[in-house]
Amino acid sequence: MTRDNSIVVEKLVRQFKKGPRAVDGIDLYVAPGEIYGFLGPNGAGKSTTVLMLTTLLPPTDGKALVGGYDVRTEGPKVRSVIGAALQEAALDPLLTGRDHLRLQTMLQAIPRAERKARQNELLDRVGLTEAADRKVGGYSGGMKRRLDLALALVHRPSILFLDEPTTGLDPQSRTALWEEVARLARDDKVTVFLTTQYLEEADVLADRVGIIDHGKIVAEGTPAALKAEIGRPSIHVIPRQEDDRPQIQELLGRFGEKLGGERDLAVRLNDGLGMADVIRAMDSSGIVAADVELRAPTLDDVFLAKTGRTLEGAATDENGAAAG
Amino acid sequence: MSALPTQVGALAQRSIMRTARQPASAIPPLLFPVALMLLNAGGLHASTELPGFPTDSFLAFALAVPFIQGALFSTMNAGTDLARDIQTGFFARISLTPVRGEALLAGQLAGIVTLGVLQAVFYIACGLLLGVHFAAGAAGIALLLVYAAIVAVGFGAIGSWLALRTGSGEAIQGLFPLLFVFLFISSMNTPRNLISVGWFQFLASINPISYLIECVRSLIITGWDAEALALGFGIAIVLAIVAVIVASREMGRRLDRS
Repeated sequence: MTRDNSIVVEKLVRQFKKGPRAVDGIDLYVAPGEIYGFLGPNGAGKSTTVLMLTTLLPPTDGKALVGGYDVRTEGPKVRSVIGAALQEAALDPLLTGRDHLRLQTMLQAIPRAERKARQNELLDRVGLTEAADRKVGGYSGGMKRRLDLALALVHRPSILFLDEPTTGLDPQSRTALWEEVARLARDDKVTVFLTTQYLEEADVLADRVGIIDHGKIVAEGTPAALKAEIGRPSIHVIPRQEDDRPQIQELLGRFGEKLGGERDLAVRLNDGLGMADVIRAMDSSGIVAADVELRAPTLDDVFLAKTGRTLEGAATDENGAAAG
Repeated sequence: MSALPTQVGALAQRSIMRTARQPASAIPPLLFPVALMLLNAGGLHASTELPGFPTDSFLAFALAVPFIQGALFSTMNAGTDLARDIQTGFFARISLTPVRGEALLAGQLAGIVTLGVLQAVFYIACGLLLGVHFAAGAAGIALLLVYAAIVAVGFGAIGSWLALRTGSGEAIQGLFPLLFVFLFISSMNTPRNLISVGWFQFLASINPISYLIECVRSLIITGWDAEALALGFGIAIVLAIVAVIVASREMGRRLDRS
């Protein structure tokens, strides 16, 4: 077996005691240097998959090779080639950013002569040089995530696992992190396995996306290919008057299949139809809308098509189930 | 150079740094035992009038207790710290590095031992300032520091085992009052031969904490008492060995990833 920066997963299963199969026989392949977005709602099995691929949780069944090493039998070798920033930045609030990097460089056996330079290089790269000597307890969420990323990169891993790296971050911090992840893949040829529940994140960042729901991969491909699979755009109408809602609903039904939506009325347009057809029909029926919008298919549409739910709705379901 | 000493040093350094940066957790193990000792010395001074009481200074008699009480306090803190590392994912981060289980445990214990010895220095300084005469002299004080280190390894390993076993700081805090019960049913306030209540004397006599205290007490009051030293060091060493073994096994179980 040749060693490369790929991730190969075959029929991977994780069954928790007295619980459901969190991961239910998934197969996937991540090519060297690729950014793979693992998309799904809370509780879909994303983090469990990452824990198995990073050797922190033994699989119940199946096989996974990370960098050519088997996660079941070659844990130390797997850990030597990976870096991981797991959910909830695992940092010590009493240590400074520099303390964390010092500890990590020592534990990763970076030669003494190189440690300081490596610490400074990483602090600079994630924009934390000025905050390096402040306790992490005073860092913002974005700063913690950036430090988390720097710690994962200390030993120059060739494969990087990022478990929901931007959850809870403001748009600016999110964009900064995306840029750094994209740079790692582009310039350093690092393979990135990224879990996310944000459609935009997967869309913008990932070369390919795997969509997981209830422990199973329901769709996989490039974002463009997945959206092309859905193919048809949708049209969304916001009525000017609530009384017009039934009439608009009836009219839209002639143009395609109905989509869910609280505020707007929407249909996925049948083949060959466009926005102009809908506007003409509305004009001739004397319907005036507050807003009419044509939307290209999104990954949420892909999720809806594959699971019958929207990603947002699925997250609500999972949270509700968890709360219950 | 092997990575092990570097890893142990890094983890011990972190453990000490954490304690230094949260004085609220470092002060109770120093002050509470001394405060309790002073209270006892004030209230129980009349005990020294009992025939057969080994000294006329209750302070000298009571000074042994903070050594064990402080070790229990700092062990609770150390166990809680490790449990929090497990809960927050910091432990998972460390276990993704090439760090070995032995280094993780040794680093944790090295930090506890360092703090345990510093505590012992503080108690000795308090004793000297309060006029306690150390019968075993400077060599006895040096031996006391070695003893404090061994006791810290034992109790520290128990705290680490509990943390690794439960992964919950709350569980550790809930269990530690049980350990304090052992302290109170020992010879901490009265020499065993002067305890008149039969069942209490029996419990104090089979309680290893009594012998850990009496070892310290012998160096302060008696000088070089071979039997007390052998019993105290023997129990402390056995406790340390057993606790390190069970903590190592628990560490291995928690790190058993592949």
